[in-house]
Amino acid sequence: MGSQVGEQTIAFDNPPTIIGHGNIVGPKEGDGLLKEYFDKILEDTLWGEESWEKAESKILNAAINSAIDNANIAKNDIRYIFAGDLLNQLTASTFAIRDFKKPFFGLYGACSTMGESLILASMAVEGGFANYCVAATSSHFCGAEKQFRYPLEFGNQRPLTATYTVTGSGAVVVGNTGIGPKVTHVTPGKIVDLGVKDAMNMGAAMAPAAADTIIAHFKDTGRSAADYDLIATGDLGMIGKKLTIELVGKAGYDLSDNYTDCGIEIFDNEKQDTHAGGSGCGCSAVTLTGYILKEMAKGTFNRILFIPTGALLSPSSSFQGESIPGIAHAVVIENSQE
Amino acid sequence: MMGNINEQQKEFQKLIDKTSPKASLLKNCIWAFVVGGIICCIGQGITDLLMYVAELPKDAASTFTSIILVFLGALLTGLDIYDSIGRRAGAGSIVPITGFANSIVSPAIEYKNEGYVFGVGAKIFTIAGPVILYGMLSSVIVGLVYYMIGLG
Repeated sequence: MGSQVGEQTIAFDNPPTIIGHGNIVGPKEGDGLLKEYFDKILEDTLWGEESWEKAESKILNAAINSAIDNANIAKNDIRYIFAGDLLNQLTASTFAIRDFKKPFFGLYGACSTMGESLILASMAVEGGFANYCVAATSSHFCGAEKQFRYPLEFGNQRPLTATYTVTGSGAVVVGNTGIGPKVTHVTPGKIVDLGVKDAMNMGAAMAPAAADTIIAHFKDTGRSAADYDLIATGDLGMIGKKLTIELVGKAGYDLSDNYTDCGIEIFDNEKQDTHAGGSGCGCSAVTLTGYILKEMAKGTFNRILFIPTGALLSPSSSFQGESIPGIAHAVVIENSQE
Repeated sequence: MMGNINEQQKEFQKLIDKTSPKASLLKNCIWAFVVGGIICCIGQGITDLLMYVAELPKDAASTFTSIILVFLGALLTGLDIYDSIGRRAGAGSIVPITGFANSIVSPAIEYKNEGYVFGVGAKIFTIAGPVILYGMLSSVIVGLVYYMIGLG
């Protein structure tokens, strides 16, 4: 059983293992900077379905199946599924997971859901309440635009600060036995709101939360950026990344060396016209299960800090003049020493 | 405590303004002017064609021009072209009547899979709603003013 460390962090005594992972992305992501790392690239964003929402469910379902296959266990061995997405009432997840007939925890952390699901899955396994759990999430560009912004064919302009929702899903299987990197520490994040109202500059809205969780993690564990081979936030984009470095710097921690953001890694900004970078739950999920975990298997990174970030707004809250609260959940993943 | 949070928010906003890239106002204005201008010239061209070649009276020519431009906006929306124009042109493609067509056809396409009544019917004016409502309201007010100052 693990222990509480500092204000927010948990250190696991018997770190659970990420024994399998899988991802699927849309065509634009499959044309981006991480294309070699994706398990499956779709030819179009509907994948034979009648709506974006149904397509997203199909994508999430396939990613979870792919992670279970990769883990070399039977579907029946999974005890709990932790998953979420951006759609109203989490319908992408519920319809994706309905067929698994396994207990399901639906989560809303906006784009931080990969962190939230991974933390809860790890806690369930390490606490002895499950042998194997799935943590998964997804997002869909067209579904997100339809819900939060405008219909796809509407001729509006996006500002340079806007980010581009990733169409994709990533899933991992966390287990108490098996081979793979381990989740050693988790730092669940608080909601942090520094009054940003611009829904077209999500990176700025979420940066305070990312900084807050990173600082809390360092304070709780006594570590600093140098203890990690890679620190990756979820989808702060170029602006959010710069702001996070500043905010964390003010607390005395230097992030400038080995810190990147999944939203910056995934798209070729110049060629793909994605303005500030990628976003969405899928952004951090496919980058983790694609780029980060595969490079960890090669030994390029041995200990990483993964911090997906979410913006907790709704279309109504913005229109009512509310600011955008952010949240960020941190997970330490480490190659085991054996 | 409250003062401290407000100070933090103001300082953070300054940092955001320093870090966030701003679009070139000049470039955007030029694109809007050129594309909006081209759309209006096309409209004028159609009106002239109808008046001088088809010899229609001015009123009828104007009405037909609106109909044709609305059709073109709708067609280009359905062909997945209008949004690419809008990405560059901004207001230049939103403000003309073709933009109005685009703002109605794009939700219609998007919500077709929710049915013709609750999907298309209920949501077709989600973007154009304010234009219709406040356009009608302003015309009522202007009409009243015209009436009162003796023009109507």
